[in-house]
Amino acid sequence: MQILSMLARRLIYAAILVFAVLILNFLLIHLAPGDPAEVIAGEMGGATEEVMASIRKAYGLDRPLHEQLGVYLGKTLQGDFGQSFFYNASVTSLILDRIGPTLLLVTTALLFAIGMGTLLGVIASRNPRGIVSNVVTVLSIVGYSAPIFWTGIMLIILLAWVFPIFPISNMRDITLEGGTFRHILDVAHHLVLPAFTLGIVFLAQYSRLTRASMLEVLGSDYVRTARAKGVPERSVFGKHALRNAILPVVTIAGLQFGSIVSGAVLVETVFNWPGLGTLAFQSILARDYPTVLGILFFSSLIVIIMNIVTDFLYRVVDPRIRTSG
Amino acid sequence: MSGHQTDRPLLQVSNLCVEFRTRDGIARVLDEVSLELQPGQTLGIVGESGCGKSMTALSIMRLIPSPPGQITAGEVRLAGEDLLRFDEQRMRDIRGKDISMIFQEPMTSLNPVFTVGDQIAESLRLHEGLSDKEAAARAVKMLKAVGIPEPQARAREYPHQLSGGMRQRVMIAIALACGPKVIIADEPTTALDVTVQAQIFDLLRDLKERTSTAIILITHDMGAIAEMTDRVTVMYAGRVVEEGPVEAILDAPKHPYTQGLIACVPQLDPNPTAERPPLEEIPGVVPALTRLGKGCAFAPRCKYAFERCDQEAPRRVSVDADHRAACWLLEEGTSA
Amino acid sequence: MFRRNYAAMFGLFLLVLLVLVTLIGPLVYSVDPFEIVWAPLTPPGEEATAPLGTDYLGRDILAGLIHGGVATLAVGLAAALITVVIGLTVGALAGFYLGIVDDILMRVTEFFQVLPALMFAMVLVTLFSSSLVVVAIAIGLVSWPPTARLARAEFLRIRNLEYVSAARSVGAKNTRIIWQVILPNALPPLIVSATLTIGTAILFEAGLSFLGLSDPNTYSWGYMIGSGRDNILDAWWAVTLPGGMIFVTVLAVSLIGDGLNDAFNPKLRER
Repeated sequence: MQILSMLARRLIYAAILVFAVLILNFLLIHLAPGDPAEVIAGEMGGATEEVMASIRKAYGLDRPLHEQLGVYLGKTLQGDFGQSFFYNASVTSLILDRIGPTLLLVTTALLFAIGMGTLLGVIASRNPRGIVSNVVTVLSIVGYSAPIFWTGIMLIILLAWVFPIFPISNMRDITLEGGTFRHILDVAHHLVLPAFTLGIVFLAQYSRLTRASMLEVLGSDYVRTARAKGVPERSVFGKHALRNAILPVVTIAGLQFGSIVSGAVLVETVFNWPGLGTLAFQSILARDYPTVLGILFFSSLIVIIMNIVTDFLYRVVDPRIRTSG
Repeated sequence: MSGHQTDRPLLQVSNLCVEFRTRDGIARVLDEVSLELQPGQTLGIVGESGCGKSMTALSIMRLIPSPPGQITAGEVRLAGEDLLRFDEQRMRDIRGKDISMIFQEPMTSLNPVFTVGDQIAESLRLHEGLSDKEAAARAVKMLKAVGIPEPQARAREYPHQLSGGMRQRVMIAIALACGPKVIIADEPTTALDVTVQAQIFDLLRDLKERTSTAIILITHDMGAIAEMTDRVTVMYAGRVVEEGPVEAILDAPKHPYTQGLIACVPQLDPNPTAERPPLEEIPGVVPALTRLGKGCAFAPRCKYAFERCDQEAPRRVSVDADHRAACWLLEEGTSA
Repeated sequence: MFRRNYAAMFGLFLLVLLVLVTLIGPLVYSVDPFEIVWAPLTPPGEEATAPLGTDYLGRDILAGLIHGGVATLAVGLAAALITVVIGLTVGALAGFYLGIVDDILMRVTEFFQVLPALMFAMVLVTLFSSSLVVVAIAIGLVSWPPTARLARAEFLRIRNLEYVSAARSVGAKNTRIIWQVILPNALPPLIVSATLTIGTAILFEAGLSFLGLSDPNTYSWGYMIGSGRDNILDAWWAVTLPGGMIFVTVLAVSLIGDGLNDAFNPKLRER
């Protein structure tokens, strides 16, 4: 019951956020210099008079602003984000084609970052002055400071060019023949470098956070209680301490989905990964505004959905929140 | 020495020394601490904060954080076997099974992410080899035994859903789960309301009578000492300064520090209008353990201190059967 | 414990070095970075005219590295300033007034956290222009939420402390309490966060540049990265060298931020 009412509240809030993003999009179209019709057409000064007239009619651009907003919301809520004249396709279909690879990249990177980051953090916490600890400290600062596209380029030069272990770019080898399994392997092979590049930034942060959090938790009274009960060290670390130390990591990861999607734009561009990021990049070069705005909306939508997922995850790991509603 | 000390003590700590490496040098937090606990007995350890009471408890369990702490000398014999010689694996089998602990802070001593039932059951699974189901059922029984109403429902709750007193009962249930020979209760009521304190002491006393478990009660509350214990060890600056039967310690304390501790306790006066002597206090504070000189550690605060006290640490001497104190006044033959 | 301070000192040393190169370098090495000096795509170490090689048009990379720092650092600083001003104002008001003010401001903050920052900045720069000013404003507009959250948490913590109640009881006005009583005590974590924000802003600018959204009329490290992107494998030096400069700059700033954090929280030093 409790979980249902919480879900309902969370969904209403998410719906409000979705509306807010749509309103922002609408405002951006109107705040941008030039004629809104040209922005929607996506070809500043280049669209034919015929096209402009049809856009003005479709979006009611001759009507008062609040009515225009109504028309815009009505259209977008039906999934109509306009037409990309550059790609000659509807923005929504363009985006739906590209959203899969982005989700694959982002989730792989995130799982890698959380898994490896936590593992490194726990190992480092076992010996706060040991080698792994120092590696974690150095890695966290270096990982934070290196521009993500630069890391990607360095990895390409090293692991795809000097030592050609991984493909330089793209998501699949189009010349490849064979069964589904071979194609899956092929995608996985292409996925390694981009996912590693995107993941390493966050891995650096999570490992440092886990280490600090573990060290704090290991000094806590309940860990002492566990030891006084005769719990083996393995379980003191892996069960009693980690379950508590992971909480701040989940919180931070939840706040970072926006940054991860942002990072994905750069990584996709470096590796020519056929996702939303490369689409955004190409549409920006082409000044294809409807597509750019559509991507802003859909990537925000990804973040909103991910946030709901984190909320639930947090409830699973922290009973204090679960039981207080 | 008295003749009735024939049974082998259940727990015997002799000349235990513990050192901590700190930035200011090496601190000897326990200096030749010795104590004895007979089966079924309750031993009180008293002293101000920082005198080494909790450190003694953690050293018996071999739970002092290392580094920086280290046990440098001594023996801790449980039923004749020296725990300090055990490997970590064997020591884990002792913890929670033969010796268990109750800590001061029930609010933070339970793991917030596991149900209280799980936390009791964990001990049972580890030490008694019970299955998950059996352990869970026994956990409920334990909750009932420590006086928690609706134990079935409570077992599924998390620590934050319980009051402080309830949580301390859960801690006691964890400590009792595997039927330990010794329970070390480290200031078990300090963090609780006065009324709850009384309930917890009632519970401990009741358990003692039912189970004949030996208890080490660490406290600075002389009232609790009077009510709960059979014997008392008084500690100051990591050393045992006096030990003996509770009556002897309370009625005829020999060490000036013990006398000071007892004089600090306000008495309920049956005649509140009558003029009463002002409460005494012990001047000064416990010295830094890195800066202890070679003399008696209490000398700087002692009103009877004389030359010898600064030069040489006093040995423990018997003042009576079973009653010993470490003070030069006793050796000079002039009782304070 | 001292190792950390060495790290911070190293960061400071790097930063001073970079600033010196950026400010004095152009006077010493006065080659115009836009000028075509040699054959395109000359690798480093092959030609004395362009010791670090040339880009796809034949422009001197070394000149670019030396002349391009000013714009990058300026955009980073300006964007960080905008971030701190917005974040601090929002956080202070929310944490001090609480209630409806807090509710509204925090909802707005959450809204901004939902928008993928780089994506939003890309849209702003594309719609308006890619001048340095727009880039700095765009970065500031999308990066303030973490600062706001931090400022709010600090204000929440401090507003209930006794010296604030004391100030209130002698009739101090709210504005005075916010700026003269609470803010000075909230400064340490905010200074650390502001330092790290400079690093983030520089990274942000680099990212936008990589996507071709840097100001084409100003020579900056970001511009070099953007213009060299298409020839990564023919001329690795054209992108990796300016990228390396940005890496070193952000590293210096992060090390200093970390050192400041340790200095403000001596207890955490062991970690």
